[in-house]
Amino acid sequence: MSPSPQDAVAIRLRGVVKRYGAVTAVNGLDLTVPAGTCVGLLGPNGAGKSTTMKLLTAQAIADEGELEVLGLPLPGESKAARAQMGVVPQLDNLDVTLTVEQNLLVFTHLYRIGRGERSAAIERALQISNLGDRRGAKVNELSGGMRRRLLIARALVHEPRLVLLDEPTVGLDPQVRQELWALIDRLRSEGTSILMSTHYIEEAERLADTVVVVSHGEAVAVGRPGDLVAQHAGREALEVYGPPARLREVEADAQGRGWPTRRTGTSVTILRAEDLDGEAPAGERRPANLEDVFVLLTGEEIA
Amino acid sequence: MAAEATTTDAMVEAPRPRRLDRPALTGVLVREVVNFGSYWRASTFSSTVEPTIYLLAFGFGFGSLVSEVNGLDYVQFVGTGTVATAVLFSSVFPAMFGTFVKREYQRTYDAILAAPVDTEELVTAEALWIAARSGVYGCVPMLVAMVFGLDPSWGMLLVPFIGFLAGYGWASFGVLISAVMKSIDNFSYVTSTIITPLFLVAGTFFPISGLPEWAQVLANINPLYHCVQLVRDAVFGLVWADLWHVSFLIAFGLAAWRLAINRMEKRLID
Repeated sequence: MSPSPQDAVAIRLRGVVKRYGAVTAVNGLDLTVPAGTCVGLLGPNGAGKSTTMKLLTAQAIADEGELEVLGLPLPGESKAARAQMGVVPQLDNLDVTLTVEQNLLVFTHLYRIGRGERSAAIERALQISNLGDRRGAKVNELSGGMRRRLLIARALVHEPRLVLLDEPTVGLDPQVRQELWALIDRLRSEGTSILMSTHYIEEAERLADTVVVVSHGEAVAVGRPGDLVAQHAGREALEVYGPPARLREVEADAQGRGWPTRRTGTSVTILRAEDLDGEAPAGERRPANLEDVFVLLTGEEIA
Repeated sequence: MAAEATTTDAMVEAPRPRRLDRPALTGVLVREVVNFGSYWRASTFSSTVEPTIYLLAFGFGFGSLVSEVNGLDYVQFVGTGTVATAVLFSSVFPAMFGTFVKREYQRTYDAILAAPVDTEELVTAEALWIAARSGVYGCVPMLVAMVFGLDPSWGMLLVPFIGFLAGYGWASFGVLISAVMKSIDNFSYVTSTIITPLFLVAGTFFPISGLPEWAQVLANINPLYHCVQLVRDAVFGLVWADLWHVSFLIAFGLAAWRLAINRMEKRLID
């Protein structure tokens, strides 16, 4: 397949609006996924991440705006786009009474892999997901982590050019999450374009080349994770702990001096702590992170 | 009829997938066939045992009171009639419950529609698969009736095809119902008010000629009645009126199919 200019962009959304009755789930979203990169859609529940994912497979139809996937306009050419895309849904929808291998077999047919290439495609997917020794196991005998790996493998049987991952590690324990991150990172290093929605800060920081912070259906900031932190939250943050009365006092004082702050349950965080003079209250200094950016930009805590 | 007038701008390397294209139908059918491997026993049991019980109960129960109906032995009359019952039960119920469960509980359709498959292909493939099954299951009461004295005839070879045609319509009707209903509990309204009356007023167990005129008129718009007539005539000798029965079943199948696609699209695509 010869590279053409349109191939340089895997996903391009311009001014996309999606309303459900009185609720506007996606509100003028602009989003670009350059080919071969991983873009993280970071936002709290209800920010419009899942709706955006549905728009990209034409399982929801936008009310306004332009959508293009792999150079194909949606929803008109969606079927051709879906043939070259893999989708990992948030909710597990594997066929639970079938074996690992049968689940993959079904998807080699749904993704139109030729007869001669099917078994090789299944082997490759088993290898990627490291499920080779469980190929004969029924899905309802698998652990949560294995099911999630199979869900990803199923989306990769046809070697898609673009993969959509909707909250790929939600509800999994930390160790399993690490495994999946390694799998996704490998995919990215092989040149597959990825759009991943997440509400885990660390996931976005580790995997995404570009993070798009979404809030109320809009992109409120776009950039590399490190750049976003430097630009919006500075280098260091100062965490001041204390009883509620003390926290209120610190917060009022900081605001009076024009220092950017954010409140968490047990502390007040003063951002851009590297610029503070000697009058700063006592507390713990730590590097600023994406979570600081997120809260600063949206005024919302992220779980 | 379904192939859209696609102006083929042959600039794309891979041909643009068309409406109702075969790989999409095959994909959905393969999923059904592979899954059937894990539940065929239960499905075959319920789809064949129930009509057989009707056949035996009516055959022996009424058979002792009634010896002949319309010139047929009662067992011949009921044995051919319950073919349509088997077709109905093995198509409309799996379509109603199966598609609802796959859509709402298992979220299977989300996965299928994320692949290059459209709602139209999804519904068509589901209906084809259920229709194929009911074509086979429909033969069971006839085979049982043969044990009790129904004579074999060449026309019996048409019965699976009649079962397929009627089953396609009923399967599409079932998909339509599952798309219209908000909850699986509401299915009982449809069963009580539509399916049970249709099942009883179809000339399966007694001829509709004995019914009041209004009921006879209603029977004529009942697809199951046309299925019953076709099966009987296939077994005992086709007549010109069977063209009307076939036409009716084709029209029913087409209408239910298009409506099912339309309502499922509304349900599946936001």
